Amino acid sequence: MTRLRSAALVGNPNAGKSALFNALTGARQKIANYPGVTVERKSGRLILPSGEPVELTDLPGSYGLHPTSPDEEVTAKVILGQFPGESAPEVLVIVLDASNLEQHLVFAQEVIALGRPTVVALNMVDLAERDGLVLDPKALQEALGVPVVPTVAVRRRGLDELAAAIAVAEVRAAIDPADHHQPHTNLTERRLTAHAVAEAAIISETRRHRMHAKLDRVLLHPWIGPVILFALLFVVFQAVFAGATPFADALDGGVGWLHDGVKGAMAPSLARDLLTDGIIAGVGSVVVFLPQIVILFFFILAMEASGYMARAAFLMDRMMAGVGLSGRSFIPLLSSFACAIPGIMATRSITDPRDRLTTILIAPMMTCSARLPVYAVIIAAFIPNRSVALGIGLQGLVLLALYVAGIVGAMVVALILRRSITKGAASGFIMELPKYQMPRLKDLAIGLFQRAWIFLRRAGTIIFTVTVVLWLLLNFPRAADGRDQIDASIAGHIANGLAVVVEPIGFNRDMSLALIPAMAAREVAVSSLATTYAVGAADDDESNRALGAQLARRWTLPMALAFLAWFVFAPQCMSTIAVTRRETNGWKWPLFMLGYLFALAYVAAGVTFWAATAAGL
Amino acid sequence: MTLDLLPLGQNARIIAVAWDQLVDEEAQRLRALGLDAGAKVSVAHRGVFAGSDPLAITVGRMTVALRRVHARAMTVEPA
Repeated sequence: MTRLRSAALVGNPNAGKSALFNALTGARQKIANYPGVTVERKSGRLILPSGEPVELTDLPGSYGLHPTSPDEEVTAKVILGQFPGESAPEVLVIVLDASNLEQHLVFAQEVIALGRPTVVALNMVDLAERDGLVLDPKALQEALGVPVVPTVAVRRRGLDELAAAIAVAEVRAAIDPADHHQPHTNLTERRLTAHAVAEAAIISETRRHRMHAKLDRVLLHPWIGPVILFALLFVVFQAVFAGATPFADALDGGVGWLHDGVKGAMAPSLARDLLTDGIIAGVGSVVVFLPQIVILFFFILAMEASGYMARAAFLMDRMMAGVGLSGRSFIPLLSSFACAIPGIMATRSITDPRDRLTTILIAPMMTCSARLPVYAVIIAAFIPNRSVALGIGLQGLVLLALYVAGIVGAMVVALILRRSITKGAASGFIMELPKYQMPRLKDLAIGLFQRAWIFLRRAGTIIFTVTVVLWLLLNFPRAADGRDQIDASIAGHIANGLAVVVEPIGFNRDMSLALIPAMAAREVAVSSLATTYAVGAADDDESNRALGAQLARRWTLPMALAFLAWFVFAPQCMSTIAVTRRETNGWKWPLFMLGYLFALAYVAAGVTFWAATAAGL
Repeated sequence: MTLDLLPLGQNARIIAVAWDQLVDEEAQRLRALGLDAGAKVSVAHRGVFAGSDPLAITVGRMTVALRRVHARAMTVEPA
């Protein structure tokens, strides 16, 4: 008997596969991409009763072996052993939602008919019972011809039995691989069989008022539903921006402490400056956004696990349809307000490739948290802190206008793209609304840890590299004694060249110099301006205030407004470009994104500058 | 009567679907979700604000969101 090496979970979306996967493998999971496609490959170690480990893969949810999305294509190919570089899983574990048996049996029959070693996990039997549905696993096992194990993943019920069945499935298969082969059937036949099998497996069914129907009556109400959604979004934004501040400050303090500590411990040298001013300051400026990203993802994961996310997509579909997108684009765009990187990664759930591409291309226009430091400094320096009316401050109003400008810009671009470059078949919206469920804390924790790790890994690689390159550009060649280092550096020369280009939109040389390091991350523009104006304050806040005074003296109001308008659109974030390249599998779309966003930024800044000048500001 | 016109909460059965009115991928997706001739359906929710798009259709023990264009391709018979 050969040792069992691999198994995979397959099933419809919303069958509770991920919760079962977490319960079976624990927190030790590997997340990667299937080569050549942007579908996540999740795998972990399942321990069999014999103590032997098996690699368990969580295949993307699917409705059938005839794929209608990139996710489903991966699932079909992996199951059939046709995915390059992936061997077919030795045991297939079909996960069925007990309370949605008839629907889920359609795909299950297709998988069982392959004749491979198969086990069925009849999952979420507790929720089915809550809905008044009592099932007979034995009858189901008879009808399907493969072992059926009732499970409740979130309560760890039936997990040992399932592991035992997986181990035995291998032995049966080794004796007779064609044990339970069934002839191929078409969809209508499978549906009729599914109906008959599901009916036969029901012991008793009492029509209770189902909880999710009651909740939906409120949450999907045509008027109350959107109000609740917007109230919830307000809470999320509050938490992301206000709740993260103490943690971000603590991280910032930690980075500062490390910076000063290393600076004090090492003899002055270029290598020390590279380590402190280059690497620690550069990578640190990105790592401080970790609390915001964790808080945002906490809400997103909780909304997803509870089943509310699909309702949010439902409520927003009408509005998104107005610009040629669907409700599915709403979540990625919402995430992009914290950071475009998780937003662009979240577009994977959009089934239509044209919808997905459009959403990726407009995601950078959502005002991400990295723009806030830039906005904050410029607004504080140029916009008087006075009330317009009813306690509404002028500064806050300008900030709001910048957010709205980004949203409106994104909507207009989406509208144009869907009628030109990403034109295609009617963008539909077809989505299962899953049952509501209490999210389990452990599943949320695992998800949060994974997102945080992906973010940190990126900061450790891409941002690290860019930071070092920029530091080198700013520090070489060395200036003669008493001369300004920035003037002498390669970056300084580039800025001189760039100044010619941005002069028509009102930017001076200092501004164009700030744009260069800000290519790595927008917030770097602030520290770059601070360096240029030689403000030697240690504390960030203090330097901001001092910087504000410098800016107010050296820039005019139209210049400042043009600078703000530039940052609404400019794609100044290497990580976004890198993640776009990865998600679209090539340089074509990231380059297109760079091109059109810079063009937009240039026009917006120019129009702002000349309009403000003409208005005599 | 087509599904988009079915009154809220009224049970019905799909008697025919004009698949040729739909994009292939969407047709396949709807069929995979069980929205096919013979399915018992009802409209659980319709529209946001004053609009009438999208719709939430109950099919078996599942709720599926779709747009009016899809529902219009499905002929139903109140049951």
